Amino acid sequence: MGDILQLVLRRLGLGLITLFVVSILIFFAVELLPGDIAQAVLGQGATAETVAALREKLGLNDPAFIRYFHWLGGALTGDFGVSLVSGERVSDAISTRFRNTLFLATYAAVIAVPLSIFLGIIVALLRNTLFDRVANVLTLTSISSPEFFLGYILILYLAVKTNYFPAIASLSADMSFGDLLHRTFLPALTLVLVVTAHMMRMTRAAIINLLASPYIEMARLKGVPPWKVIVRHALPNAWAPIINVVALNLAYLITGVVLVEVVFVYPGIGQLLVDAVAKRDFPIVQACCLIFAATFILLNLAADVGSILTNPRLRHPK
Amino acid sequence: MAPKKDVLLQVRDLRIEGYSDEQWIEIVHGVDLTLHRGEVLGLIGESGAGKSTIGLAAMGFARDGCRISGGSIEFDGLELTTTSESDLRALRGSRIAYVAQSAAASFNPAHRIIDQHTEAPIQYRIQKRVEAQEDAMQLYERLRLPNPGEIGFRYPHQVSGGQLQRAMTAMAMACRPDLIIFDEPTTALDVTTQIEVLAAIRDIVDQFNTAAIYITHDLAVVAQMADTIKVLLKGEEIEEAPTEQMLDEPKEDYTKSLWAVRSFKRPQKARPAGPDAQPIVSVKGIEASYGKTKVLDDVSFDVYPGMTVAVVGESGSGKSTTARCITGLLPPTSGEILFKGEPLPPRYQDRSKDQLRQVQMIYQMADTALNPKIRICDIIGRPAQFYSGLRGTALKSRVDELLDLIELEPSKYYSRYPTELSGGQKQRIGIARALAADPSFIICDEVTSALDQLVAEGILKLLDRLQKEFNLAYMFITHDLATVRSIADEVVVMQKGKVVEQGPKDEMFTPPHHPYTDLLLSSVPEMDPNWLTSLLEERGTDQIGEAADV
Repeated sequence: MGDILQLVLRRLGLGLITLFVVSILIFFAVELLPGDIAQAVLGQGATAETVAALREKLGLNDPAFIRYFHWLGGALTGDFGVSLVSGERVSDAISTRFRNTLFLATYAAVIAVPLSIFLGIIVALLRNTLFDRVANVLTLTSISSPEFFLGYILILYLAVKTNYFPAIASLSADMSFGDLLHRTFLPALTLVLVVTAHMMRMTRAAIINLLASPYIEMARLKGVPPWKVIVRHALPNAWAPIINVVALNLAYLITGVVLVEVVFVYPGIGQLLVDAVAKRDFPIVQACCLIFAATFILLNLAADVGSILTNPRLRHPK
Repeated sequence: MAPKKDVLLQVRDLRIEGYSDEQWIEIVHGVDLTLHRGEVLGLIGESGAGKSTIGLAAMGFARDGCRISGGSIEFDGLELTTTSESDLRALRGSRIAYVAQSAAASFNPAHRIIDQHTEAPIQYRIQKRVEAQEDAMQLYERLRLPNPGEIGFRYPHQVSGGQLQRAMTAMAMACRPDLIIFDEPTTALDVTTQIEVLAAIRDIVDQFNTAAIYITHDLAVVAQMADTIKVLLKGEEIEEAPTEQMLDEPKEDYTKSLWAVRSFKRPQKARPAGPDAQPIVSVKGIEASYGKTKVLDDVSFDVYPGMTVAVVGESGSGKSTTARCITGLLPPTSGEILFKGEPLPPRYQDRSKDQLRQVQMIYQMADTALNPKIRICDIIGRPAQFYSGLRGTALKSRVDELLDLIELEPSKYYSRYPTELSGGQKQRIGIARALAADPSFIICDEVTSALDQLVAEGILKLLDRLQKEFNLAYMFITHDLATVRSIADEVVVMQKGKVVEQGPKDEMFTPPHHPYTDLLLSSVPEMDPNWLTSLLEERGTDQIGEAADV
C-alpha cells in the first residue's frame, strides 16, 4: 500500500505543477487581450484622470509578472481579487455559483454513472441483439444532438405541454431539498442524456474486449451463467478504461455545462463565466478558469488512482 | 492403466464448421470417438488438425465463430447436440471439466485462485464455501503444491506457471467430474516443470478413475499419459490404436512421418583452429539488470563464423536478455561484446550502420514480429533499402532473390500481407528480413517453438542451408533440447542469469554433466510409455517438488 500512497503523492505533485503552468497561461492569455482594462471598465465617457486613477487602484502600472505573482499569491489564500463590475469579492461571487454547479453535476452524475454502467453491462450481455442496437441508437442520438436542443425538447414535452417540471431552474434560499431536486430535474436530465452514451459505450467495449480472453472461456467452460461471466469475470478487469471515461465525463459535467445553464437560467459557474467574459470582468474569468483546470487535474488524478486500485497485479504485488 | 468399464462418451461422425470469409467451412470432417470410464485418450496432430475443437465439442461447446454442424455426441446417455444451452451449462464444470493450455491466461487475474476453484462447487450446491475450500486445499496437497493451505489465497500472478497449471488441474477436479479435457496443459511449460505437471495429472486421474481426453502435439508426452492414441490431420482421423501399438508399429504414412520428425541432424562442426581464427562475436563477462534486479551475471561465450551456438535454459534464465545485450537494446552494466575483435558500443544508438547490419534477429512469434499492415515486399525490402541503399528494380530483384532463398515463390508472395501466410511461411519471412541486411551473425530467439514439428523441421533445414551458403553464425536460443541436438555445434547452458556449463554439443550430451544440465536433459520426454514412471522412481517424489523451484 505504501507504493500506492507514494504514487498518489507523486501524481498530486505533478498535478500542482500542471496547475501552476495553467495559471501562467490563464493570466497571460487575459493579458494578451487588446485594449486597456481600466478604459474598458469605465467605458467611453471616462476622462484621462479617472482611467489613470483606476489603473493605479488596480495596480495596472506594475510589470505583468509582478501582478502575476501578486494574483497567484492571493489565489493560493483563496483571495482572487475584486470583481471589476460589481465590486464584490471574486471568491464570494464564485462560491455560491460553484456550489450550484457542483450540485447539478452531482445530481446528474448520481443518475448517469450507475445508469450508464448498468446499461453498458446489459448491452454487453445482450450484444448484437435488438436491445443492444436500440440502446446504441438512442444514446448516440442523444450524444449527437446539441445539448441546448435537447434542453428545449425536454422543456417542450416535460414543462410546457405537460407541466411536470418547471422550465426555469431558478433557485431560492428557502427551498426544501425535494423542491430543489424537482426544480433542477430538467437540466440534470439533459446532462444525463449528454454523458450517458459515452460511458455506456465504453463499458460495453471494455467488457466485450475481454470476452475473447482465455479466462472468460474458462469461466464459460466451468458452467458459469452468462450474466455472471460478465459481472464477475469480465467487469473486474474492465474498470480501468471505464473509470477514465467516467472521470472525463464528470469533469465535463462541471466545466462544460454553460449551454445547459443558459437554457434553464440556472445560476451556475458557467453562466457567471460567460457574463464575466462579456463584461471583461477579468478577475472572475481567471478564477473560473483556474477552478476548471483544477477540476480536470483532480478528476484525472482520481481516475489514475482508481485504475491502479482496481488492478490486482498492482494491489497485490508478488 | 485403468480398467475399462462402460462407455462414457460416444462421438459419431462429428462435423464442425468454422466461419471465415463470410461462409461456413467444415473444419472437422466426421470424427468418431469412444471413451470408456477411467480411460485416457490422447488426441495428437499438428495445429489446425481440429484437436481443441473436438475436445471442446465433447463438452457440447463451440467457440465463437464455430458450430457443431452434424453427428452425435453422447455423454453418459445424454445427446449433447440436442441438449439446451442451460442443461449443457449444468454439465460443464460439474461432470465434464476443462484444463486449458495456459493456466496463467486462464485464471482470472482479478480473483484469488481458491475463489475460482470453489466457484463451480458452490454454484452447483455440491459444497458450501468452507467445505469447498477445505476440499481445494486437500486437492492442492494431493497435487503436491507447496503450502497447500495457503497457496489458494494468492492471486494468479503471485504463483509460478507450473504451480498454476497444477492448481488448474485441481480446479477441474473440484466437482469430481467423470471426464476432463486436457488441452495442451504442459505446452507452455519448461521441461523440468512439465514433469511435475504430467506426474500430478496422471496421479489424480488414476486416483479418481476419471476419464480424460489429452490433447497435445507432443508425441512423447502423450505416450506417458494415454491408454489409446488417436492421430488427427486437418479435421480427419488418420488412425487410432492403443498407445504401445501406436508407438511400435504405426500403420499410416502420416503417423510414421510424425514419429520420424526429429530425425533431422546435421554433423557437428568444430571451431576453426589456428592462430588467426577469431570469433565473430565474443561476449565477455557481461552483467545486466532490469531496474534493480540483476538478470545477467558474468556471461561469457564465443561464437565462431559459420557455427551455431545454442543457448539453452528455462524461462527466466537470461537467454533472451543476453540477446538483447548483444543487439544493444539493453546496454550491459559491465563487461563487453566484441565483434570480430572490435568492441561494440553498448547502446544500439551509438553503433554504426555497418555494425547494426552485421547483427540481425529472428523472433519467436512471427505473428507479432511482422507488421500485419505492411506487404511482404516492403517488410523484406526495408532493411535491404536501409542498409544497402537499393532502390527501384535493384531493390525488387533483391527481394525476389531473398524470397527464392527462403523457398517462397516471388511472383506469388511478393505483394501479399503477412495475415495471408501460414505460421511457417511467416517465420520464413522473418528469416528473409534478417538476411536482407546481409548479416554475418543472426540471433534466433526460439524461432521454432511456436511451430508444429514438421514445419519447425523445415525451418531448421532452411537455416542450416543458409548457414552453409553464407557462412552465417547463429546464436540459437531455445528451451527445446531436441532442436539443440539437431543443429547445434556448441551449447551454452544458462540458469538464473549465469552460464552453468558450455562446450561442444557432443560433450554436453555425454555424461558427466553439471547437475542442472543433467536435470534439463533427463526431463525431456522420451517416446517410451514407461519413461515418466521410471524417471519418477529414479528421482524419488521429493525431488520433483525441488525441480519446481529451480
